[in-house]
Amino acid sequence: MKVELRDVSMRFGATRVFDSLDLGVREGEFVCILGPSGCGKSTVLNIAAGFLTPTGGEVRIDGEKVTRPDPRRIFVFQERGVFPWLTVEGNIGFGLYRMPEAEKRERIAHYVQLVGLVGFERAYPRELSGGMKQRLEVARALAVNPDVLLLDEPFGALDSITRLQMRRELLRIWQAERKTILFVTHDIEESVQLADRVVVLSARPARIRRVVDIDIPHPRDLSAPRYIALRDLLFNEIGLAHQV
Amino acid sequence: MSSGVRHFLLSISGVAAAICAWQVAVALSPGTLIPGPWSVARGIAELAGNGLLLRYVVASLFRVTWGYLLAVVLAVPTGIVLGLRRRGELALNPILQLLRPISPLAWIPIAILWFGVGDLSAIFLIFLASFLPLTVAAMHAVQNVDEVHVRAAANFGLSRQHLLRTVIVPAILPQLLTGMRIALGIAWLVVVAAEMIAVNSGLGFLIIDARNAGNRYDLVIAGMVLIGTVGLLLDVLMRRIERLDAVRWGYAQE
Repeated sequence: MKVELRDVSMRFGATRVFDSLDLGVREGEFVCILGPSGCGKSTVLNIAAGFLTPTGGEVRIDGEKVTRPDPRRIFVFQERGVFPWLTVEGNIGFGLYRMPEAEKRERIAHYVQLVGLVGFERAYPRELSGGMKQRLEVARALAVNPDVLLLDEPFGALDSITRLQMRRELLRIWQAERKTILFVTHDIEESVQLADRVVVLSARPARIRRVVDIDIPHPRDLSAPRYIALRDLLFNEIGLAHQV
Repeated sequence: MSSGVRHFLLSISGVAAAICAWQVAVALSPGTLIPGPWSVARGIAELAGNGLLLRYVVASLFRVTWGYLLAVVLAVPTGIVLGLRRRGELALNPILQLLRPISPLAWIPIAILWFGVGDLSAIFLIFLASFLPLTVAAMHAVQNVDEVHVRAAANFGLSRQHLLRTVIVPAILPQLLTGMRIALGIAWLVVVAAEMIAVNSGLGFLIIDARNAGNRYDLVIAGMVLIGTVGLLLDVLMRRIERLDAVRWGYAQE
């Protein structure tokens, strides 16, 4: 297992966020953690990143216990995580401070291209759209070549069209770079479109209600019967009748 | 007409209207000691002619520069440390809050006791006046740094020193610059008052001297006009710095 949660529990004071979570993520796998707002999904991700220490249990990555943040696993925030005082190039190169200058230039150019920001190298984040800032954030994470990407509702602040485009981009990058991805979302459709497996969490105190394999090859047809069946399964699991 | 030109013309017409109103008010009150705009303009010309204008403006700016720079050099690191170290803040914040409401002018007797009548006293008062607001501004700026940026930086494996240099300092710059602009404004207010008592040159001295040496109210108001003009220029200068790319992100969208 690449990432392993073993009997992880978390409390803030008297509040039990979750008790005894167990989850394994294989190398190169794309796993979505799906749950209602406020159920503690982000807390799971913050523990995996080493920003928070769990009150019980442990997270192991490559068999090694996570105790603090590490560039081998990069947390991708919503678009506001980019540094507003740095240009696009400056942001992508931020984590490459140990790299020789020539190699750094090359690496930056590669990721500028990969996320489609060519022509904006010298632009500041305030000059970019929300979708571009999010792509910049992803590029900054990929530039340090991490094994694991931890994404915390990365597309939550984007409009629905941009969100669809960003999902396609992320899948393309994932297939090109073969990272292990842990992706937190409250969007059922998003999880079925992206993940190899969807882990459904209950409301607080959270526990794993169900793990659903999404056995549809990419690119996924959003009107195929299998897609709709899996989506409806998740809607039911979350406890929503499929009606508005 | 471009909006820049229109703004400029509107500002100019506001000033022109105020000067006209002043002229009319003086003309309508016979026997007043308050001079009209023309005699003030002649007063400024007289000061420029005998070299006092340049000498006094330079003297005032000299005191502000040293007092203010000394305060920036000491207050900014102090504020950053207090912002990063909660324990330091808890220990020192009560003292800062207690000293803050004391007008720097209340320190004049102590300044004269310690440094005598002269530049040093004035510089000390300006230092005091700018040090406290600058420390508090730097401290608050550090406390307002977005946690997301600190976490992102920690994720890339930065050492504490590296984090300070590449994240904390650039992140606080916009707020810090605003604090510096406000502190400079205060320093300029204080230098005038300090010069009325502690020294015998500068724009503050000009005002008090013109009154004492024969009620030259034209020179009193000339001094006030010069103080306003220099203060405005200092503020414009600081606002220019706030438009640099490295800090522009920190202010509301224009």
